[in-house]
Amino acid sequence: MLREITIGQYYPVDSVLHRMDPRTKLFGTMVYIVSLFLADNVWCYLAAAVFLAAVIRLSHVPLSFMVRGLKAILFLLLISVSFNLFLTEGEELFRIWFLRVTREGVRMAGFMAVRLIFLVVGSSVMTLTTTPNQLTDGLEKSLGFLKKVRVPVHEMAMIMSIALRFIPILVEETDKIMKAQMARGADFESGGLVQKAKSMVPLLVPLFISAFRRATDLAMAMEARCYHGGEGRTRMKPLRYAGRDYAAYLTYAAYMGVMLALRTVF
Amino acid sequence: MAIKVEDLTYVYNAGTALEQKALDGVSFEIPDGQFVGLIGHTGSGKSTLIQHLNGLVKPTGGKIYYNGEDINGEGYSLRQLRSKVGLVFQYPEHQLFEVDVISDVCYGPRNLGLSEDEVRERAQAALRLVGMKEKYWDQSPFELSGGQKRRVAIAGVLAMNPEVLILDEPTAGLDPRGRDEILDQVRALHDARGMTIILVSHSMEDMARYAERLLVMNHGRKAFDGTPKEIFRHYRELEQMGLAAPQVTYVIHALRERGVELDEDITTVEEARDALLEALRTGRR
Repeated sequence: MLREITIGQYYPVDSVLHRMDPRTKLFGTMVYIVSLFLADNVWCYLAAAVFLAAVIRLSHVPLSFMVRGLKAILFLLLISVSFNLFLTEGEELFRIWFLRVTREGVRMAGFMAVRLIFLVVGSSVMTLTTTPNQLTDGLEKSLGFLKKVRVPVHEMAMIMSIALRFIPILVEETDKIMKAQMARGADFESGGLVQKAKSMVPLLVPLFISAFRRATDLAMAMEARCYHGGEGRTRMKPLRYAGRDYAAYLTYAAYMGVMLALRTVF
Repeated sequence: MAIKVEDLTYVYNAGTALEQKALDGVSFEIPDGQFVGLIGHTGSGKSTLIQHLNGLVKPTGGKIYYNGEDINGEGYSLRQLRSKVGLVFQYPEHQLFEVDVISDVCYGPRNLGLSEDEVRERAQAALRLVGMKEKYWDQSPFELSGGQKRRVAIAGVLAMNPEVLILDEPTAGLDPRGRDEILDQVRALHDARGMTIILVSHSMEDMARYAERLLVMNHGRKAFDGTPKEIFRHYRELEQMGLAAPQVTYVIHALRERGVELDEDITTVEEARDALLEALRTGRR
């Protein structure tokens, strides 16, 4: 039952995008987001759409997974679209009761919707093709310069990757304990709020105990392998740019160039 | 006909790239009072199978009948079923949560909606059944040793008075003494109360010793179904599946190859001892 929840939505197939360096993907996502905010006419959005479509094609991830993230922002989307639609001043197109719909409003609402959708789908491309651990590695390396000002980048990245690593384990554990208690006649669904909260005790107590047990075990195992923080630590798989990453950076530059050109021309 | 499984299929993550068939067209019947052993390599579908038997997992295809009734049919009470088909998970001590032993064992029967007196009565009976002495009853379950914790957890399921008891590797991580004690108690439940037992284990020795019938799972399918002696004759095929016959069976086979006349169906150390003594006495070799 809990198995269906995916955390970190990584979709395991092989593609150029999957093999790309996480830093390249992080930077690319940033470039794309910036470009969306630069776009101010139809041609710009068209270019953004073509770019996104090409990237999705390259990722080998089915489109249904890409748009899954949109469900979460549906409400936000509706609100921002209707605000733009009804509250923008300008040339009136038609009127429903007291709500005026203007030409400018339609344009703004349309752009807003497209921008939000592209934003979410664009960042989904990154999370779908990059494992959470790769992302953390990429972030650690990209933010490495902060170490100079004594920000514990390595420690924070380590905490993040351990937390990420533990999520599926704890989900599985919860599922197991839940089933074990259900086998003893537990009922997690029915009853009022108090009843429901009470019925969680047989689930939460064992879960906490197991989380602590696992944490101590992990700490012990790390100590046993001489872990002592980030100082002087080398990596088994250091992040290294390959040809495809340089190609990607060139593509970003070209895309940005096209975007700026379209912005000034039209 | 207590438990009947018909063409059971279960698919994990259906419709995604992670799709995986855990069970594939499994059918069998378990009559009342049988002691069944369930073996198979890790990931062969044993755990998924036993979770189906008390309705914790809904099948993707196929039917499960308990006493002739479809357990996933409309209006069938899964809660009732779970009180009749007790399931002891692997490392059951991880489910303990109460402040003292007796309260933890009370959890199951209390969920059945019994009166407080009856709940306590059943809990006490279950604790006696697993051999937990009265002095432990008011202790925190977290202060007990591993083997004792496990007994308390098993008592927690037994207190629901199940007709069928399913145990998923109840001896994993226990020392030899703890292992024998638990298994002997399970056998006593079977012999004295006629309880149906389904035991999942990786120990072929235990299977040869306790089970009346063995079900062998391989890649989500039922590979063999028969008495332990019948099944251990296929030891070569079992090895292909990442399983084996009991150690002593290999010794017997090696001796037979060297011309000692022995029954090929010897699966326990006791049988081997008797047969070898017999062979020595008659002096035929």
